[in-house]
Amino acid sequence: MLKIENLHAEIGGTEILKGLSLEVPAGEIHAIMGPNGAGKSTLAHVLGGKPGYEVTGGSVSFKGDDLFALDPHERAGSGLFLGFQYPVEIPGVSNVQFLREALNAQRKYRGQDPLTGGEFLKLAKEKAGLLKLDMEMLKRQVNVGFSGGEKKRAEMVQMGILDPAFAVLDETDSGLDIDALRVVGEGINAIMRSPEKGVLLITHYQRLLDVVKPDRVSVLADGRIVQTGGPELAMRLEAEGYDAVMADA
Amino acid sequence: MLDTETLPTRRDEAWRYADIDALEAIGTDALDTWEDVTLSPGETRRHAMIVGGDSPELHRIRLTLGEGARAELFVTNAGAASARVEIEISLGKGAHFEFGGVTIGGGEAVREFVTTTTHAEPGGTSNQIVRAVHWDTAAGNFLGEIKVARHAQQTDAAQDFKGLLLEAGASANAVPQLEIYADDVKCAHGATVGQLDETARYYMAARGLPPERAKRLLVQAFIGDAFVELGDEAEHERLLDAALAALEGSKL
Repeated sequence: MLKIENLHAEIGGTEILKGLSLEVPAGEIHAIMGPNGAGKSTLAHVLGGKPGYEVTGGSVSFKGDDLFALDPHERAGSGLFLGFQYPVEIPGVSNVQFLREALNAQRKYRGQDPLTGGEFLKLAKEKAGLLKLDMEMLKRQVNVGFSGGEKKRAEMVQMGILDPAFAVLDETDSGLDIDALRVVGEGINAIMRSPEKGVLLITHYQRLLDVVKPDRVSVLADGRIVQTGGPELAMRLEAEGYDAVMADA
Repeated sequence: MLDTETLPTRRDEAWRYADIDALEAIGTDALDTWEDVTLSPGETRRHAMIVGGDSPELHRIRLTLGEGARAELFVTNAGAASARVEIEISLGKGAHFEFGGVTIGGGEAVREFVTTTTHAEPGGTSNQIVRAVHWDTAAGNFLGEIKVARHAQQTDAAQDFKGLLLEAGASANAVPQLEIYADDVKCAHGATVGQLDETARYYMAARGLPPERAKRLLVQAFIGDAFVELGDEAEHERLLDAALAALEGSKL
């Protein structure tokens, strides 16, 4: 579903991704772990198409198409969702307006009819309930005045509403307390656990992986995938640390 | 022939950023034409208007507010040609003046608001919010003068200006001027000029919004501040739509 081959990318002339290869088939939840500065967030933003991130080599295909041939909004329209580590505040724009416009823009891109206001609100209410986010929060401005945990839950409500084929989740667990972590983890399972969908779950900690059980785990270090294994790899990393595990690799 | 001696020049503080050529096209007669509006004590009046068109415009409004009166004025200044709206306000005791203005557009036009707010009596309040969104080599200006008379204690006057420039050649100018003779007053003014938030645009794109939709949403949010106090929903929508129509007419 997502196939990354020998990807090189730089920011401001500094190479961050140095030949990263990884394949995530449909039906797989793939966790990416790695030390600070390894390039985890860079990978997420390169996939999302963030301005300033320059791809200097390699390729990414998404559902068989060249991902880099698509503009960021077209990537979203073709079913790629990027969960932000730091969700962005948009003063003056309500979540409801933002998400309805976003969903209908995606539907238009896919040649589908737009949802009416009523249909959208019903969908939003259902997904907010799933993430235990008060519907009133969705009437407020996008992420403005939200706590760290609320932002992450709102991010998952967005994912639920947009219902992507593939999600790249960049440290969705950071800033969450234990209860919120469980709610978010179960939300990811409910929304994305499917034979037709895939997830690239970027995280620092085992905690989230106790709830969202990954099928495979890869270690990203110095811009490359240095090791891939089953869920037991995450547990070893948690117990022994990156240095010890990578020294054995 | 125009009597050039009566035409202001850019040396005049109030005409510093104005489109003088446009003024010549309008003619000097317009300079003597004021729309005088007087509100009786306790009266509340609201007016929402859209100005600007294919040829230059000058609007001059003189508001006199009686004791405890409240005037609310909201303007979208969004024509293709230069348009200048001048408002002179004199506030009686405890009166309130609310102003929300938006200048939006491209080309070479200068769209501006010039207000002179005189707090002549104690306890008056005024609040002015102006948002300017421009592209090409257009300019948006807000020249706001606030005068507080010696005995006009407990005056509370606020001015807030924000400019959003969508292209490098556009400009926004804010000239707040305070002339305060009373000592127990609050006068606040703020002015910032910036560009569209790139991070927000990327976030919106990551959710599937094409650049032009993201821009429209961000501009709508930006100018929304100016009309927050406009309670009449139909009027609110009319002014907002006129502003956004100007954006959609652009090649951006």
